[in-house]
Amino acid sequence: MELKHESNSQATRGRHVEILTGNHAASHAARMARVDVVSAYPITPQSPVVEKISEFIASGEMSARMIRVESEQSAMASCISASITGARVFTATSANGLAYMNEQLAWAAGTRLPLVMCVVTRALAAPWSVWTDHQDAISQRDTGWMQVFCEDNQEIYDTVLEAYKVAENDNIFLPIMVCFDGYILSHTTMPVELLSQNEVDTFLPSFNSHLKLHEKIDEPVGVNPVTLPDPREGFPGYMEFRYRLQKTIEKAIDVFEDIERDFASLSGRNHGGVVRGYKMEDADIAIVGMGSASSQAKKAIPHLREQGIKAGVLTIRLFRPFPKARIREALKNVKQVVVFDRDVAYGLEGAISAELKSALYNRKHQPHVQGFIVGLGGRDFKTEHVIHGTKMAMEYAEKNEVPDETKWLGVDK
Amino acid sequence: MMDMIETKRLRPDDLPEQEFLLPGNRSCAGCSMSLYYRMALKALGKKTIITVPASCLTVLHGLYHKTSVKMNVVHTTFETTAASASGIVAALEAKGLGDEITVCGFAGDGGTSDIGIQGLSGAAERNTNFIYACYDNEMYSNTGTQRSGQTPYMAYTTTTPHGKLEHKKNMPMIMHAHGIPYIATSCSSYPQDVYAKFKKAKLFTGTRYIHTLIPCPPGWGFPTDQSIEMGRLAVKSGIFPLFEIIDGKMFLSPESERCLDPSKRLKVEEYLKLQGRFKHIQPEHIEYYQEYVDNHWNFINQFL
Repeated sequence: MELKHESNSQATRGRHVEILTGNHAASHAARMARVDVVSAYPITPQSPVVEKISEFIASGEMSARMIRVESEQSAMASCISASITGARVFTATSANGLAYMNEQLAWAAGTRLPLVMCVVTRALAAPWSVWTDHQDAISQRDTGWMQVFCEDNQEIYDTVLEAYKVAENDNIFLPIMVCFDGYILSHTTMPVELLSQNEVDTFLPSFNSHLKLHEKIDEPVGVNPVTLPDPREGFPGYMEFRYRLQKTIEKAIDVFEDIERDFASLSGRNHGGVVRGYKMEDADIAIVGMGSASSQAKKAIPHLREQGIKAGVLTIRLFRPFPKARIREALKNVKQVVVFDRDVAYGLEGAISAELKSALYNRKHQPHVQGFIVGLGGRDFKTEHVIHGTKMAMEYAEKNEVPDETKWLGVDK
Repeated sequence: MMDMIETKRLRPDDLPEQEFLLPGNRSCAGCSMSLYYRMALKALGKKTIITVPASCLTVLHGLYHKTSVKMNVVHTTFETTAASASGIVAALEAKGLGDEITVCGFAGDGGTSDIGIQGLSGAAERNTNFIYACYDNEMYSNTGTQRSGQTPYMAYTTTTPHGKLEHKKNMPMIMHAHGIPYIATSCSSYPQDVYAKFKKAKLFTGTRYIHTLIPCPPGWGFPTDQSIEMGRLAVKSGIFPLFEIIDGKMFLSPESERCLDPSKRLKVEEYLKLQGRFKHIQPEHIEYYQEYVDNHWNFINQFL
């Protein structure tokens, strides 16, 4: 994978480049974010994130309290209560571990806690698979968490730092998952420029929680009591709380972009905000994907262009909240959209494909959208799949066909 | 250690006047959990953060935006009491407040010995610095009295219409196997003893476990003015022994000392016959039940 970024020419003192796996890039970001509490449980391919943090704590490079819990459910539950007690918290998981957290994820979002969790994406069993796809993260999209997908190890490091800043924003207070592909990024080394601790401290001041139970001994509070369907005496009911959650997550798109700008001016690196275009300026066809699917699509662009097909890639970086308006804006000049999903919304189609269509529906400009299911359970998603899929999609568009059945590439049928 | 923590028999006027459980809450008529909770909170004192899973106690705490409890509480999901407490403890330790603020999880018997046992075992194995308090009404009372791992032999519940065929899970001894510094059993019918045991638990560092029997009038089927009597009969018959395990050594509480002599144990029938949940019980069940209790005392004797 190419290095997308060149260091700022006025590189600040204290920065340095390390050759890191994606997992260790995440560990370094957690260390430099000065998290107070880490609580996690081992699972492949996430484990090295936490192993590295354990080493940082053992060597004194990091002063966080670490809870070596007995399950992912307890990992998230303890993160939640630590955050309620005013701590900046970090955790990481994958696949079945994430699924095991499901109940806690909804609880964390409902409690409006700025947790940051790395999700090292992996196929969801059964049957067992330790290899990557996006099914684990996608399956948690409706829990109220924000979700960002990364494409290289520098982006993982940068995004973890940005994630704290977004989650802890006074107007947000919501948890966020920083997702990156198992093995493809988690176990692959790349050069990663680490900011100086001073720069990180300036960008990300210490966490000022809105809860801080330990300071409320004289005026105690109860967090998350039973809440009635209807408001009473001027206090919200359950639905009002959930309305606020949705209104807040909608706002997160602007907040994310603002913070990305701040981060870019500090680091000299810009990851494109909530969506990122590649060769999109003159594109007739947009190929859409996230994480490794998007990286692979970029590899196909020179081949497609050689054959006279003017294609570009639109990478969805922020999947939750789904940046509908930004996506429409990015697709306003294309005739056709081809989506590669490393996930399935079973019984419907690929999740990105379905959501993209909903973003485009009822609008003036409605390009033809064709989705493909690819690369499940670590199956190689290859350049030839991108080219083949794009050509298939062009044929459908030409015939004005929109097949209801899902199209799978690289599978023995 | 024992000299320092020996508590004299308390009289009601020895208890602190400050109340953390306010009068008027949503628990059922005759619920002995209210009395127990009032005593426990008095002992824990102001500098405490409580965590409570889905349970009868959630109901007692009240509906947003009013509460009957004047203490910080973190409500958590059914199975996560000990994990939630672990998070609070870690955050306090990160802030240098680990010794200043007591963390206490209160969970029901289902939340403790069934759905919550994994988290509790993990927290105890890590010797997390908190008190875990199980209030045991011997069934899933809050969801309408279904069978739990703490439901006793032959008891009717809505999911054991002919009576449960298995005995209670022995949680205190499971916790003993974790090697934690303080374990106690208590019963809401002896409120000063509840107070004294929470007070004593506060003196230890690490995981402390207090298992308290809480008679439940609607679940057990007895009149609401009999809650205290029912708990006393459970103790006097030896069905629910009161003891402490301090640094691995067991001490019988005075209320249970008489049970060491089998002839001084009240017959279990005297306890069973007063409760609707045992009304279908046959003489052979009673005989077997008595034998089980007597054997249990032989088991306890090994630790004394």
